[in-house]
Amino acid sequence: MRKQKKEIIAMLLAGGQGSRLKELTKTMAKPAVYFGGKYRIIDFALSNCSNSGIYTVGVLTQYQPLELNSHIGIGSPWDLDRRNGGVSVLAPYMGPQGGRWYKGTANAIYENMGFIDKYSPKYVLVLSGDHIYKMNYSRLLEYHKKNSAKATIAVIEVPWEEANRFGIMNINDDNSIYEFEEKPQKPKSNLASMGVYIFNWEILREYLINDEKDGSSQNDFGKNIIPKMLKDGLDMFAYKFDGYWKDVGTVESLWQANMDLIKDDNELNLYDPSWRIYSRSYINPPHYISHKATVKSSLLNEGCIVHGEVNNSVLFPGVYVGKNSKIEDSVIMPDAIIEDYVTISRSIVMDNITIKSGTKIINRDKKKITVVNEDRGNNVMTMMDNMGNIKRIIKKVD
Amino acid sequence: MKDIMGIINLIENEDRIKDLTHNRPIATIPILGRYRIIDFSLSNMVNAGIRNVGIYTRGKSQSLMDHLGTGKEWDLDRKIDGLFLLNPIIDFNNIKINKGDIESFRSHLNYLKSSRQRYVVISRSYMICNVDYVDAVNYHKETGADITIIYKKIEEDIDKFNDCDTLNLDKKENVISVGSNLGDKKSYNISMETYIMKKDLLLNIIQNSINKGDYEYLKQAVFNSMKNLHVNAYSYNGYLSCISSVENYYRTNMELLNVDLARQLFYEDRLVYTKVKDEPPTKYCQNTNVSNSLIANGCVIEGVVENSVIGRRVEISKGAVVKDSIIMQKSSIGENCYLENVILDKHVRISDGKILSGDKDYPFVIKKNMSL
Repeated sequence: MRKQKKEIIAMLLAGGQGSRLKELTKTMAKPAVYFGGKYRIIDFALSNCSNSGIYTVGVLTQYQPLELNSHIGIGSPWDLDRRNGGVSVLAPYMGPQGGRWYKGTANAIYENMGFIDKYSPKYVLVLSGDHIYKMNYSRLLEYHKKNSAKATIAVIEVPWEEANRFGIMNINDDNSIYEFEEKPQKPKSNLASMGVYIFNWEILREYLINDEKDGSSQNDFGKNIIPKMLKDGLDMFAYKFDGYWKDVGTVESLWQANMDLIKDDNELNLYDPSWRIYSRSYINPPHYISHKATVKSSLLNEGCIVHGEVNNSVLFPGVYVGKNSKIEDSVIMPDAIIEDYVTISRSIVMDNITIKSGTKIINRDKKKITVVNEDRGNNVMTMMDNMGNIKRIIKKVD
Repeated sequence: MKDIMGIINLIENEDRIKDLTHNRPIATIPILGRYRIIDFSLSNMVNAGIRNVGIYTRGKSQSLMDHLGTGKEWDLDRKIDGLFLLNPIIDFNNIKINKGDIESFRSHLNYLKSSRQRYVVISRSYMICNVDYVDAVNYHKETGADITIIYKKIEEDIDKFNDCDTLNLDKKENVISVGSNLGDKKSYNISMETYIMKKDLLLNIIQNSINKGDYEYLKQAVFNSMKNLHVNAYSYNGYLSCISSVENYYRTNMELLNVDLARQLFYEDRLVYTKVKDEPPTKYCQNTNVSNSLIANGCVIEGVVENSVIGRRVEISKGAVVKDSIIMQKSSIGENCYLENVILDKHVRISDGKILSGDKDYPFVIKKNMSL
């Protein structure tokens, strides 16, 4: 089938496990993890594409793709169900030489060169499905064109003391990049790569082919492709992004990013009608707050029924909070049922689980977040801290 | 249920609900925070597996088209059958005023004729309920009746169904006659104006009526033909409300604050679908105080909300108090306002410090797009 030529297409890397999210990514890839009372992490990148006018998006999946596949579907929530282009889920596949998994981020794109070539784009936007941010990629593209760059990397200022946790770009006065350092001990700048790149497809294509031939390469953008391009002296620029950006790679940062949304002055304004974040919608009536309930400083979604007390928390659709129950500083994922006389603090409660009457999950350690999950096979409820250590197992009696 | 088609007849009496039907039919009045009235009858049909739905309108269909679109949210964007919006056809050579709905059916007779289904379910939009049409149609087939009318026996709050049709039934649930609810008896069999029959019979009734020219309304034609037909009734016992007046509209919203009643309508196996709006979750600020209220997505609530229904993307500012009220989508309420027994239509702006109050029996309605 003939495809219409596109100026730019996006390749969204969504195969990561997110192993530091422990329990949360046991059955789903990191981009499919729930966030913000309604969304999944990948919704931000997909909505950014749609809002930026990029309607051809390849989503590269690998780890636990079931939830992700059913979430993305044909892309209609993001207006990406297009006759020409639209969203395509690209999983590893079998070829004449057998099947192989994606070896790294660069290899994942390499394996799907056929997909990109079909649209013969001038530019390719490489994104990660792991981050929470709102960004207009069309501005990034303009900037890339204005500089006649071969590659442009979006960067964000991070606190100096945290700079050693990121891939850091060292730049000249004209924002051209002269050095890239992965997690430097002594950072020279505090501009961290956001995992958002624009490449000229012709050039990237060549680098991907060469990288694939190099047996010692880890086939990774940050570790191999970008350093190689810099070494070869290509014109590469940093695009400074000014706004909310968060890599929710750990249980704690996921919890924190949810809490950020509750703040009155949060930078990630979800209420801006000109830049909506789209997601697959649940079919639920409005939420109901009963006579005896109190809800303060919280985000609530449709289908919730609240009889107890909810304070400084985020409730996903369909959550039930029973009488005299108290929820504080917590994130409750979809359709969780919290019965009467339950106390929960500083926790993430997983979706579709029931917390029996009288359960108390209280976290006195200010640094720790408890992840409450259910092990259905063994009929127990598990509570883990953010280091993945099991704190307590409760045998469920029905 | 491939063999059933659905008809939703929106040619409804709007006299007592005029305040809410400027530029919209009753079918698209926002209700319960995130729905439109038609969502309930349309979802009932879709939940029964009906895949061919014709909606007869009286014009004013802009808001209807905006809401229904291609029927995607109801899974009615089908290649075969799907959703059909049947607007009146105006023939300027032959304008008669006050023509009933028969004329609409006549204009679109071909739609009925060419539909392949054998049975038809005809309903209204203003009857809010969650009926299992699969069961009703099976009942219709079992009794061998020509027409089955769905009804609910009402023993409390009879005034909620004033002027609704009532059915006089014999012991075998056969319909003896159809009357009207004047509110003077202890119990009534309220007709939900939902009729099940063979499509061919419906065509017959319409064609006869056009031939004779004696009836303007389909309902009259059906009732008249009942003399020669076997008409049975199917009893429904879930939640029912009739949005025929502003008072009933208000009452329906308020009574569904009762979770047990709402459960009958929403938390059955049969879900209620509506247009998706992609609103973020609702945000409750530090000093809010909300109780006994239904609240849709996308709101920012800083004030006090009590016994109210709040639509999508409503802002309630600091110090504002909203009591026993219905606030439709995208309205905003300024600081230190006090609202009691009020219905705000869409996009209403209330500036700081206003005090508005109506009566429980006569809620104060503020029209769409007003700024006070």
